[in-house]
Amino acid sequence: MIDWEPLLLTFKLAAVTTVLLVLISIPLSYWLAYTKSRIKPVLETLVSMPLVLPPTVLGFYLLLVFSPSNSFFGGWLQEFIGIKLVFSFPGLVFASIIYSLPFMVHPIQAGFSGLNSKLIEASYVLGKSKIETLFRVLLPNIKPSLLTGIVLAFAHTIGEFGVVLMIGGNIPGKTKVASIAIYDEVEALNYDTANIYSIILFIIAFCILLMVYTVNGGYLKKFWK
Amino acid sequence: MIHCSLQKKLLAPFGEMLLDIDLKIEKGELVTLYGESGAGKTSIFRMLAGLLIPDSGLIKVGEKFWLDTLNSVNLKPQQRNVGFVFQDYALFPNMSVRENLLFALPKGKNKQIIKDLIEIVELGDLQDRKPENLSGGQKQRVALARALVQKPQVLMLDEPLSSLDAKMRIKLQNYILQVHREFNLTTLLISHEIGEVIKMCDRVFLIERGKISKQGKPINVFSNKQISGKFQFVGEVVHVEREEVISVVTVLIGTNFIKVVVSHEEAEVLQNGDKVLVASKAFNPVLQKVN
Repeated sequence: MIDWEPLLLTFKLAAVTTVLLVLISIPLSYWLAYTKSRIKPVLETLVSMPLVLPPTVLGFYLLLVFSPSNSFFGGWLQEFIGIKLVFSFPGLVFASIIYSLPFMVHPIQAGFSGLNSKLIEASYVLGKSKIETLFRVLLPNIKPSLLTGIVLAFAHTIGEFGVVLMIGGNIPGKTKVASIAIYDEVEALNYDTANIYSIILFIIAFCILLMVYTVNGGYLKKFWK
Repeated sequence: MIHCSLQKKLLAPFGEMLLDIDLKIEKGELVTLYGESGAGKTSIFRMLAGLLIPDSGLIKVGEKFWLDTLNSVNLKPQQRNVGFVFQDYALFPNMSVRENLLFALPKGKNKQIIKDLIEIVELGDLQDRKPENLSGGQKQRVALARALVQKPQVLMLDEPLSSLDAKMRIKLQNYILQVHREFNLTTLLISHEIGEVIKMCDRVFLIERGKISKQGKPINVFSNKQISGKFQFVGEVVHVEREEVISVVTVLIGTNFIKVVVSHEEAEVLQNGDKVLVASKAFNPVLQKVN
């Protein structure tokens, strides 16, 4: 019988990360899409860095920064807030947020930029505030972008390996997610168990992406009508 | 009364242009801004609505200052009570016709006005449709109705009829005239159609390269001399044909083609696309009502 814990942990991590990413990415994408600030390119670059950096680089620096014994920040977190971000679940969430940020921000930002700017102006002229415009006009009209962002971020978090290994390690029930469990089983020559984990991930990834393309392609809409 | 004096450097198609205008519009008037594309008409609208900030100027509506750069007064678009009909309508795609109108209703206001407006612009059958399922003329009516929901002090229509066919155009002209009177509005219109301007407006401002070059009653502004009994129409040359002793020029006026005989010398300066004035004197036109 296989151990389900790594899979459950993976989905818990992906779900928590995705929820937090939605909350962070909407204001961030909104700002990136409409700002005329000069620091926009700098921020865009930072957001996109995880796309090109090896995950181990990211994990390495996060490890250094959050280490309670090695860094001031890590020590401060542990002492005053009581959170340990290395080799713990909160640390995994934090690292995953950074690692999957571009997958959420890019689609949403593209969605905002692609909207007719007259819609915003029309809403303002009708006396609606920026917040009301965001929730009642902008977000409802970029639903496909939101869905794409949510699903990509979720799927990408499921697939992460390097960052998790660096900052989370391999603690069963705490930081041992499916991708690491597979690596572990292969090293122990348990190919059958590795195969089961892998097949489950494979099928889930396929289903998730299929759902995005079906919904965004308008196929489901046709059925529901 | 609306008084606005606006100055702003704009980037026009032919280079940098200084927009510098001074407009006074009486309450209840229907006026048109007329001019070529890039003359600054839409920018004037956007500044009135608070969507574009001028370099300097003032906007006074009634007794209230919407903008006064000298005293750093600049009301946000949300605080200015304007109705704005955008050239591309800008209807919210996620909302039905009725929801588009409801969105515009300030909180706690009576919903009766939405019912009334839907009736006036005859959208009852379409009120649950999404904008993507409407024709151009229907979208235009929704945009007009939506702009009126919050009972604006000033209604601005940016080329509201330019993308419609002739029949729909006349219908919508009448809708606009009707709501203008019924809601006792001060209405500003951008238009390219001389006929439309003459039919609808009390006054017209001719805008050329960011300045007001002429203003007054449409009929006086557009005809160079005072009106007389003679026939004159502006049309466009579509064809010039050289015959043995004369040339025949075909002119498009409205939707009618008219052939005019001219001499070779006269024909030489004419090219397809030239605007020409077709006039005739010395005979008495007959007027017959058609239905």
